[in-house]
Order: sequence, then structure tokens, then C-alpha cells
Amino acid sequence: MSTSVAVPTGSPRRVALRRRHPVMTFVIRRVLAGVATLIVATMLIFASMQILPGDVASVVLGRNATPARTAALRADLHLNQPLPARYLTFVGDLVSGNLGNSSAALAQGRTLPVSQVIGVPLRNSVVLAGITIVLYVPLCLLLGTTAGLFAGRKPDHAISLTALSLGAMPEFLVGTVLIVIFFTKLNLLPPVSQIAPGDTPFTHPNALVLPVCTLLAVSVAFGSRLVRASVVEVLREDYVAMARLNGQPRRRVILRYTLRNALGPGIQALAQTVQYLIGGIIVTENVFNYPGIGNKLVQAVSVRDVQVIAVISAILAAIYVATNILADLAVMLAVPKLRTQS
Amino acid sequence: MSRLPRVMRTPAGAAGCLILAVVLVVALFGPLVAPHDIATPIGGPGQAPSGAAPLGTDYLGRDVLSRLLSGGRSVVWISGAATALSYLIGLTIGLTAGYSRSIIDPVLMRGVDVLLAFPALLVLLLLVGGMGQHIVVLIIGVALVQLPGIARIVRTATLETATRGYIEAAEARGESSVSLVLREILPNISPIILADFGIRFGYSIILIASVNYLGLGLSPPAADWGLMMSENQQFISVNVWAVLAPAIMLALLTIGVNLVADSYVRLLGRSGDVAAELEAQLPNAPGDITPSALQEPAAPGL
Repeated sequence: MSTSVAVPTGSPRRVALRRRHPVMTFVIRRVLAGVATLIVATMLIFASMQILPGDVASVVLGRNATPARTAALRADLHLNQPLPARYLTFVGDLVSGNLGNSSAALAQGRTLPVSQVIGVPLRNSVVLAGITIVLYVPLCLLLGTTAGLFAGRKPDHAISLTALSLGAMPEFLVGTVLIVIFFTKLNLLPPVSQIAPGDTPFTHPNALVLPVCTLLAVSVAFGSRLVRASVVEVLREDYVAMARLNGQPRRRVILRYTLRNALGPGIQALAQTVQYLIGGIIVTENVFNYPGIGNKLVQAVSVRDVQVIAVISAILAAIYVATNILADLAVMLAVPKLRTQS
Repeated sequence: MSRLPRVMRTPAGAAGCLILAVVLVVALFGPLVAPHDIATPIGGPGQAPSGAAPLGTDYLGRDVLSRLLSGGRSVVWISGAATALSYLIGLTIGLTAGYSRSIIDPVLMRGVDVLLAFPALLVLLLLVGGMGQHIVVLIIGVALVQLPGIARIVRTATLETATRGYIEAAEARGESSVSLVLREILPNISPIILADFGIRFGYSIILIASVNYLGLGLSPPAADWGLMMSENQQFISVNVWAVLAPAIMLALLTIGVNLVADSYVRLLGRSGDVAAELEAQLPNAPGDITPSALQEPAAPGL
């Protein structure tokens, strides 16, 4: 059966000697591409701040406009500079960590640094996303492997169907249904994640349960499906058959031969999940009124706090791009075949 | 087109068509049979279901049933318009890039890929933040978000078709590029486009409903399933149906669209790049996705 498989030409060692280390080349190329993407992303963010019909300052200020406030906001947003210079100032400030002031606060005649607005929410969101990811990995591996091992049989159908119907739902639907079950019917968990300003999410574990469950319910479908697919594929490989025929215990075959080789796509799935979480967290935090960055972003959009919108978007875009690069690198290091290919 | 009835012969497809038909009938004709006005209170706020109001009243005392019947139209038409607009642009870009065989291809595709540097919802929020809360902004935003995927799949399908014998024959006949693309390629990739359109429509629905739920789409007192859920959520313990009923409708709509699109993709039974891309789009495609297809960006040689 295996005799007809084409043998790749050239051993990995020879390839490595012929050219610069492929991992290095790859890293450099990916980082450069990432920086380029970020430049474009900041341009888009900057552009979206400028497309306000009319003068940005007057739109943000609205009815609160007084000559003094307009002048303050114009100075704060550097509106008196020409467009290219304004863009460079915007990026320069972001890079140097000078995040500017909340435009909405300026409109009320106060000065509120953006770093103060987003500091605590950012930490809260990282906690929420972190807990989700920590639970996500074993859950996907467990469900995906089970489904893969029983492919085409009842456990597979049960897992796949549940995961897939949940995965196709928007977060706010899943979250609301969870609220109906666990708050309205059972009265077990709070429908709103109230975390006092000085507290960390860890002091209110109850507040985290439903948001984490919502994010998991929507995202696990994708990950477990990938794990299932690669388990099914790996199980067909000759070396698994070989290990089985050699009389290796079933558990060992699964853990050592099947799972390990199925990990490559798993890493990719994890990266896509982190990227999904960036969008998913925006909605989920708003369902439960969780005091995170997504909640802040939606608030900022509704009052058109330009500076806060820009900073949060830039942070999320940077996380998005960085995740991409890290994931590609991790896959590269985990899967020997990719590492040595030209 | 002959595949559409066949979709109904698969169990999943039939169920999907049935669900979708019911939801669409409610969405499109519901406003005509709604017993009460959507903006006027008919009783006290948060009343439990009764004979006069089968689903009770919402947080302002308005009839939930009437609002439910009226709340689907906006979801369906905004999602439909956004998907259609996106297709209009995406199809043009994809066909041009796929058939051009020149520098136009990479230039167009890289340009479109820029949009992928953001999570979809973030693009929408940025636009709303910049241009204000408006249906047109919503439609443009969703169209922009969907554009890269559409252009990509149309391009792949075009590339695959462009090597066929009948294309070469048409070229040998001296047909112009435009008529060749429109009369030879487009009809031959239309099943793929139809399948992809279904998947995109489902995704548009989720995006639009999410933005409306966040309160950044339609403004009150509009009746919209997403908006209804968020405005009544605080009062969920008073009348649960004010939240649950629109949630059920949205869930049915999503499930229906996905079941139909999914069954249609399976019926196409295509193999190769296009099929893999279509499968990857499906939010709920069961079955095996070749992991290598998803690892593509990791390949260092690209």
C-alpha cells in the first residue's frame, strides 16, 4: 500500500545547507508583512476618523460646542495640521505609548487620558479571553479526538451536531439563552457581570462563568472540527496501522501517534480562535455588560469618542496581526515537514 | 439551477427549506398582519402573555407579537442588500483578477486582502464610529467585510474554469474578453456563486443582527429582532418572551440558511480548491476539512 508513495527529493539536511535557514527567512518575511499590514491598518483607522461628515471637532462636540472646547479638541486631535502630518503624529503617538485624551471627555470640558479609560477594561478582557483559551484547548482536544475516533458513529454525530449548531449562532443569542436558563429559570448565575471598579474579575468568579461559556460554545465547534478532521486523517496513516499491528496499547496509539501528529492544525485553530475572540469578545462583553475593552469600544462608538475608538482599534488590530505571525511560527516549529521545505 | 429542487430531497435540505420558508414568510408578510402598532404601548410594561397579547408586552408596554412580526423585514432586507452589493463588487474583482492573466490579478487581490487585517465586527464599528449610525453605513460595512472572501472564491473558480477546452475554443473563435467572461465563464461558475451567496447571506445576518443588538444599527423605536433582544434584556425576568421570541426567530433564520447552503454545497460535490474554500466558509460544515488547506499561510515558500 505504501510502496507507491512518492519519495521527496533531497533530504532535509541538504536543503538546510543549500540556503539560509528557512525558519529565519520565514520569520523575517512574516514580520515585515505584519508591519506592512499594521501600517495599512493604522491608515484605515486614521481614515475612518476623518470621514466624519463635516469637521471632526464639531461632530464630536455636538451641542456641547463652545469656542474654547472646539479649540481644545482641535488641538488635541491635531486638526490644524495637514493630513499626512496628522497621520504621522497619530502613529508616532501610538508607538510611543502616548494615547491621547478621550474626545468625549473633552467635549464635556474635562481632560481624561485614554490610557486611564482603557487600562482596567483591557486587563479584564485579557482575563476573560485567557480563561476561555485555557479551557478551549483541552475541550477541543477531548471533543475532537472523541469525535474523530468514533467518526461516523453515534458519539461523533452527537458531538458534531451540538458543536455545529452552537457554532453557527451569534454570540448574543447563545449568551441570552444562557441567561434565560441560568438566571431566569434556575437563578444560579448573575445575568450581568458586575465587577466593582477596584476589583479584579477573579474576586467575582460568578460573573465570569456565563461569558466564558458563551465564548466557548461559539468557538469550540471550529476547533473540535479541525481536531476531528486531522485525527481522522492521521488514523488512516500507515504508521498508526503499524503501531496497532505491533500490538501497542490503544491508549498509547492515540496519545503518542495520533494526537501528536494532529497538533499542527490545532495550533492554527488556536490562533484563529484568538482572532475570533477579538470580535466575539466585543459582543459577549456587551451581552453581560462585562467591564472589558469590547464594552468600552461600543460605548465609545455610541458617543463617537474618536480617540478612544482609534486606540482600541489599533490595539485589537495589533493583537490580530501578532497572533497570525506567532501561529505561523508555532506551526512551522511544530511540524518538521514545513520547517525543512524550501 | 436544477439542483435547487434536489436540495429539498435531502433531509437536512428539506428541513432547512421549511424553516427558512416559515421565517421568510413571517419576516416579509408579518408587518401586514401585525395586530398592533409597533410604537404605541397597549398596556403596562412587561406584562405576561395573555389573550390580548399572546407574547405579552415589552419594557415600554408595546405588543411583543406585533413587534416580532414586524422585526424580521429589516434583518432580511439589510442582509440581502449588503450581500448583493458585496457580490456586485466582489464578482467583478474576482472575474477580472481570475481571467486577466496579468499584473492586475495580484494587484487586485492584495488590495482586497488589506481588508482582512481587521476582525469583521471591528471594521463595522469603526465605520459606524466614523460615519455615524445609519442603515447605509451598515450595508457598506457588511459589504466591505464580505468582499475579500467573495473576490477570492470567484477568482479561484474562474482560474479553474479558464483552462477548460470550451474557453480555449471561444478564444480561438476570437470572442472578446468581456463576452467570454460573461457568456462562458460566469454561467459555468454560477452554482459555486449560488452556494457561496447562501453562506455569505447567513454571515451577513449574524453581523447585522449583532450590530443591531449592540444598539449601533437601527435606532428605536424600530422593531428589529436584534434590537428587541437588547432593549428588553434588562427586563428579562419580567417577560422572558420579549427576549426569547426574537432570539428564536433569529436562531431559526440562521439555522435555516445554513442548512440550505450546506446541503447545496454537498450536492455540488465538487473537488479541488473551490470546494475546499467553500467548505472553509461554512460555519457549520461537518465532515473533513483537509488540514493542509488551512495551513496554507504557514507554508514558507509562498
